[in-house]
This record gives sequence, structure tokens and C-alpha cells, in this order.
Amino acid sequence: MLNQNTTIKVKRLVVNIAKYALLIFSAFVALVPIVSCVITAFKTDEEYANTNVMTLPESWLNFDNFITAWQKADMGHAFLNSFIVLICVLAGSVLISSMLAYVLNRFKFHGNALIRNLFTIATLIPGIATQVTVYQIMTALNLVNSLPGYIILMMGTDVITIYIFLQFFENLPVSLDESAILDGCSYFGVFFKILLPLLKPAIVTSAILKGVGTYNEYYMANLYLQDKTKYQVVSTSLYVFSGPMGSQYNYICAGVIITIIPALIIFLLCQDQIYSGMAAGAVKG
Amino acid sequence: MSNSTTSVKRRKSFGQWLKSMRGQQIVCTVTFLILPLLLLFTFTYLPFVKMVQFSFFDMRYIGRRVFVGLENYIDVFTRDDCFQALLLSLYYMAGSVVQMALALLFATILSFKVKGGKFFRGALYFPCLICGISVGFIFKFFFTHGFVLDTLLSWVGFNIDTLPYWLRDESINNIVLVGCSIWKYVGQNIVMFIGAIASVDSTLYEAADIDGANAWHRFKDIILPSIRTIVVLNLIISVSGALSAFEMPYVVTGGGFGTSTYFVIMDKLAHTDQKVGLASAMAVVLLVLIMIVTYIQKGVERWLNKRDERTPKALVSTDPNTAAQAASASPAKAN
Repeated sequence: MLNQNTTIKVKRLVVNIAKYALLIFSAFVALVPIVSCVITAFKTDEEYANTNVMTLPESWLNFDNFITAWQKADMGHAFLNSFIVLICVLAGSVLISSMLAYVLNRFKFHGNALIRNLFTIATLIPGIATQVTVYQIMTALNLVNSLPGYIILMMGTDVITIYIFLQFFENLPVSLDESAILDGCSYFGVFFKILLPLLKPAIVTSAILKGVGTYNEYYMANLYLQDKTKYQVVSTSLYVFSGPMGSQYNYICAGVIITIIPALIIFLLCQDQIYSGMAAGAVKG
Repeated sequence: MSNSTTSVKRRKSFGQWLKSMRGQQIVCTVTFLILPLLLLFTFTYLPFVKMVQFSFFDMRYIGRRVFVGLENYIDVFTRDDCFQALLLSLYYMAGSVVQMALALLFATILSFKVKGGKFFRGALYFPCLICGISVGFIFKFFFTHGFVLDTLLSWVGFNIDTLPYWLRDESINNIVLVGCSIWKYVGQNIVMFIGAIASVDSTLYEAADIDGANAWHRFKDIILPSIRTIVVLNLIISVSGALSAFEMPYVVTGGGFGTSTYFVIMDKLAHTDQKVGLASAMAVVLLVLIMIVTYIQKGVERWLNKRDERTPKALVSTDPNTAAQAASASPAKAN
């Protein structure tokens, strides 16, 4: 009996050790590319040239590279543009998606199912596949090389956001609407005064997911905001380094770290919303 | 006389109608729908129609268009680079199987009490929050000869001179890029699977513990059957994702050294070479492939649902937030 117990204990111990070894190794793999960038970002030119990449920098307070990267990539401008894009895209897509979800969820009319299907089928078409012709349409609309154009494109049709709102509306009782209407509220009033405030959790979730996606989007930013001195956003600002400076990794790493920091802050603050949004939205999207 | 009175009457009633609930509802419907539908039409369906149309022409963005019939499609299947690129997606498909397996493993571990579980989950998830171009630089740096990876390997006894050029050596660079893709996206699957596992009835574990089940049994007999639907769906989704794999070769190698996937070639044809017709044909072919995969997915979905109906309800807890959703999930653009 005692023997059996000890073998079970030993087995548990082995499983536990294996488990933690695996977790630590994988966390190491996940983080080492980022950490190596942090190390290099603090090195002077001389250090970078003469030491191994994994040698720790002499001073962790050497922020010169960050300043150089910030200036070379004109990141102040890039952050301002990204901020404008982010605010507009978030406001726009939250409003558009919630209005759509409200109508689809609350009103029965001919075409309701058809519209739902149109949005579902749209998910079948991968965004990048249609860029060949979207580019032509954007050119025709005179929206290439303009921030508003890029904002409209990013607001676009975001089915994940729509799903999050649709799902949320399903859990808001219709009696809320009805009592408000009895009190003399119009349908617009019901939406803006009663329901929109109640949607806050859904708005937070979708805004975080959409916000991170917008901040990190680079393919369309690169394609549609070609004037990199005027319309650069954070995700395209680093293109400066792909030219002749392509091997000055101490500057590049500093630039990379600068772009990661906002994402890291949002992640640390909103982990739980991101995870629940992923679990609910990503499966569907 | 009578005419004017009726028109006044009609106008009046129109005003009243506007104020009536029914009228208001229609006005509200129209105003709320017009913008989303306009965007959907302009940026999804119109491009799609134009894409099909362009695929029959020899054309640039600006200038003369010549109708060439099916020539572009013949080109897609006979050009070496296009076909080669489709073969490359096999790497990414294999990668997505590995990614699912890893995600399942970590999701299972992290679903139970683990010291520092929050940290590990965060560490594995965080890479997908880094923007593409930064990922590109990070990995160019990471894999440069004699840099990060080589240094780490030399610490464990490898000789740097015998190590390959990770991003240039055509025998391994695609595998390396698939690895980068897994690095970036496995966290998303882990988080999703953790969500699904959370919906499993926890009394089942207790019952299993009493029966003396070990961790493997718990995984094989309780967790896997409960979240099978979501796993299979994610796997199929990532197959179509593999067909349209794009990001890593685009940002890390720029498609050089034999790493151009289908999309990278398409992007280059359209925006650098301005062969808009050919690129459109490529896009149409890809869409057809993706639709086939989706069709198979729907079939599997139906088959799984039927099987679920036959399994006892107690085993498959259907939390509305996870498992059930997966069953009705629409196909997604994974990655």
C-alpha cells in the first residue's frame, strides 16, 4: 500500500517536472526573440559592432538608440497618425456594427436573413485576395494616399465585431425597448439612449480586438499610404530601416521595441477582455 | 379641386406615417443599414465581381485592356512560380497541424492549476500582438548568421560554422518561416482552446479522479471528445489559412530564396509588375480552392453535429459561449 502510494507520488512529481520544464522552455522560445531585441537596443554602435548579440549591454540606461530611432523613423508623427486612425476606426466600426446588429436583431423585415448571409459569405473572401481590385476602386475614388481613405477601408466590414454585437443584443431583453417606447422614446432614442450604454462590455471587447488589429495592420497601410513622410503610421514607420540602415540592428531593435510598448501596455491592462474576446469572437470571425 | 385635397391629405398622412412606429422603424432600418451595406458592397462584393471580370483581361491598373479569354487561367496553372507556390502551402498545412497539437497540449496544461499559469499564457499569447513589420525585423535579426539563434545553439555545443543560413538555405528556410508563423499564432489557438475546455463540466474530472484516471486519460476521454468540434473546425480553417499564407514570407524574407507563397507572388504581380489580369485570375483560383475547403468543412460540421446528438448529453456540455458557437461558426480567415 505504502509502496503504491510512493510510486504514484513519484509519477506525479515526474509529470510535474516535465510539465514545468515544457512551459519554461516554451515561454523561453516565445520571448527570446523579443528579449534579444531589448538587449541589442541598449547597445552603443561600438558595443554592437564588437560584442556578441547575446552579450548584455554595458548600460541599461543608454536610451540613445531609442532617441535616434524615434527621430529617424519620425515616430512622433507616426504615433499621431496611428492615434487619429485608431480613434476614427474604432468609433466608426463600433457605431456601424452596433447599428447593424441592432436592426438585424430587433426588426423583422424582408431581407433580414439575406443581409446576415451577405455578411457571413463575405468572410469566405480573404481580404488580401481582393486587394488587387480594391486598389483599383480606391484609386478611382481618389482614396489612395489619404488618411480618410485608409480609415474607411479599415472600418470596412468587420464581421467579428458584428458577431460580438449580435450576440450581445440577443441577451438584452426586448422588454427594455418596449418600456422605453411606451415612455415615448423613438427607435433612435432606444438605440442611442438605452441600448448603446448597455453594450459597454461588447464595445470594450470589440474595441480592444479591433484596436490591436488596426494598430498592427501594415499590409494595407503600406499599400494605401504610400507617402511615408506624410502619412506614415506606427506599423509602417519602421520601413525606413529596411533601406541602407538595414544592418544597424541596435537602432532597428530600439524602433521595434518602441512599436511593441503600446501593445504591451494594452495587453497587460486588458488581458482578460482580450482572452474572452478571443474565445467568443475568433472562433466565429 | 378634388385632386389638390387628396394630395394634401396624402402628404399629411405621409407625415403621420413617418411619426408612426411602423414608419419610424423603416426609417431607422434604412439609415442604420445604409452605411454598413455600402461598405460591404464597395470593399467586398464589388472587388469580387471586378476580380472575376479582370481575370479575363490582359491589363494594367491604368490603360488599355485586352480581352484574352482563359489565357490568364492557363498561365496560373502553367507558370512555374504559381504552381511551386501552391506546393509551398503544404509546409504551412503541416505547420498548422503542429500548431493545433501544440495549442491543445498547452491549453490542456494551462486549463488546470499551474504555478505562473497567467504568465505562461501571456508569454505564449503576446507574440500575436506584435505588428508584422516588427516581427519581420525581429526574425531577420534572430536568424542572421552568427546572431541570436546561432549564439544560443553554440551555447549548447553546436559549431557556428556548421550551422546553415536559416533564411537563405532553400532546404530549410520554408520550415523556419512556418516556425515563425507558429510562434506568432499558436497563442490565439491556445486561448481559444482554453475557452473551450473551460466549458467542460468540471464534475467529470472529479469523477474521473475517483476512478483513478491519470492526466492522459483525462485528456483523451474527457477533454478531447468535448472540444472535438472546435478543434476540427480550427484545423480546417487553418488549412484554408495555409493556402493563403502570406505574412511571414512577406515580412521576413520578402519572398526571396524560394519562399514566395501564392499570395506573395500575387501581390508582386499585381502591384510591382502590374499584371492585374493574371493576379486576378490567381485570386479567383485561390477563392475556388478555399470554397472547396469550406464546403468540406460544412460537411464535417454536419457529421460532427449528428454524432454529438448520439453521444450522451452529460459528456458534451454545451456552454453557449464556446462549444455550441464553434458548431455554428462561420469559416474564418485564420492567420
